[in-house]
Amino acid sequence: MMSEYGGQETWQEDLYSLLRSNGVKLFCYVPDGGHKTLINRSIEDPEVISVPLTTEEEGVAMCAGAHLGGTKSVLLMQSSGVGNCVNMFALIKNGQFPFVTVVTMRGEFGEMNPWQVPMGQGVQPVVEAMGMHCLRAETPEEVSPTVQAALDMAYKSNQSVAVLLTQKLIGAKPF
Amino acid sequence: MSDDRSLDRKKAVPVIVGDPKDLLIVCGLAGASKDMAHLTNDGDNIFTMAGAMGGATAMGLGLALSRPDKKVLVVTGDGELLMNVGTLATVGILKPANLSILCVDNGHYGETGYQESHTQRGVNLELIAQGSAIPNTRTIDREEQIPEAKKILRDSNGTSFILLKVNTEPPPSIKRSMDATERKVAFRRALLGIA
Repeated sequence: MMSEYGGQETWQEDLYSLLRSNGVKLFCYVPDGGHKTLINRSIEDPEVISVPLTTEEEGVAMCAGAHLGGTKSVLLMQSSGVGNCVNMFALIKNGQFPFVTVVTMRGEFGEMNPWQVPMGQGVQPVVEAMGMHCLRAETPEEVSPTVQAALDMAYKSNQSVAVLLTQKLIGAKPF
Repeated sequence: MSDDRSLDRKKAVPVIVGDPKDLLIVCGLAGASKDMAHLTNDGDNIFTMAGAMGGATAMGLGLALSRPDKKVLVVTGDGELLMNVGTLATVGILKPANLSILCVDNGHYGETGYQESHTQRGVNLELIAQGSAIPNTRTIDREEQIPEAKKILRDSNGTSFILLKVNTEPPPSIKRSMDATERKVAFRRALLGIA
């Protein structure tokens, strides 16, 4: 049986390796089907800290705290989680903290659950309104270079970046 | 509920925290930041907030996970903690031994006109911390308990949570830096030797 998010395994494995080779040690997430491989790899990896959150905004503050201590981090979330983070992005912007979040998109290409649509449409304007860069990956080939660009912008230029893994890339969940 | 709020934060917080020099400190907005900025003279081992309400405990958790070799103290208020009380559950599943949380609970939103908070109306944050699987918790509402609170915050083998119930006397007044970027750079330079 094909998984709901079939075909993601290869680029997700590559993405995990890329994050690790860039020195990312703290992985924060709210469980998400689109990030399943990445989350499971972080749980299995004894070299990293893997933290399930009760809400995505915790992850924003945790990543800032980890930077104070000298640790690179990533926040993994779904598009709906961006809405939970908005006021906490003020911490990132005011402190010019380097920040990378990888967002699996719902509510766009081929969405079958209407509840996902409003926040899916809101993600890009919301993160840009809060002073973050927004980069999109539409194909498996674009994922690693896009996340590498985000990590460079964050950890070399003190920028905050949201990488959107688009619904065209991850596929629409059947309803 | 008012009879168990006799302690003054200006006297109790400095005694419980003691010498702050060996701590890394993250403070939630308003009173807690003033308490601790005053105690540390807004030093380079403290990061205070004046916004991002609900973020202090998570920020301290990230710092504690990053630096297991250092004692990390989160100082926050009842209102700030209530805004993201679920973070106690995230702390509770990880239980970093080097993390202590001090919640200065005056039962009110002091910055906005002293409206009652939920803790003034029966909500018990120590029980929430216990229910969140934080191993060492204590409520402190009398002066003679303060040495015990200090010991728990400093020496607990496992995450500790102190609920310090205080009256509505204001925090100390201090002019602290509101420039989060400058504070971040100073903190990292002092701790890591890099900006």
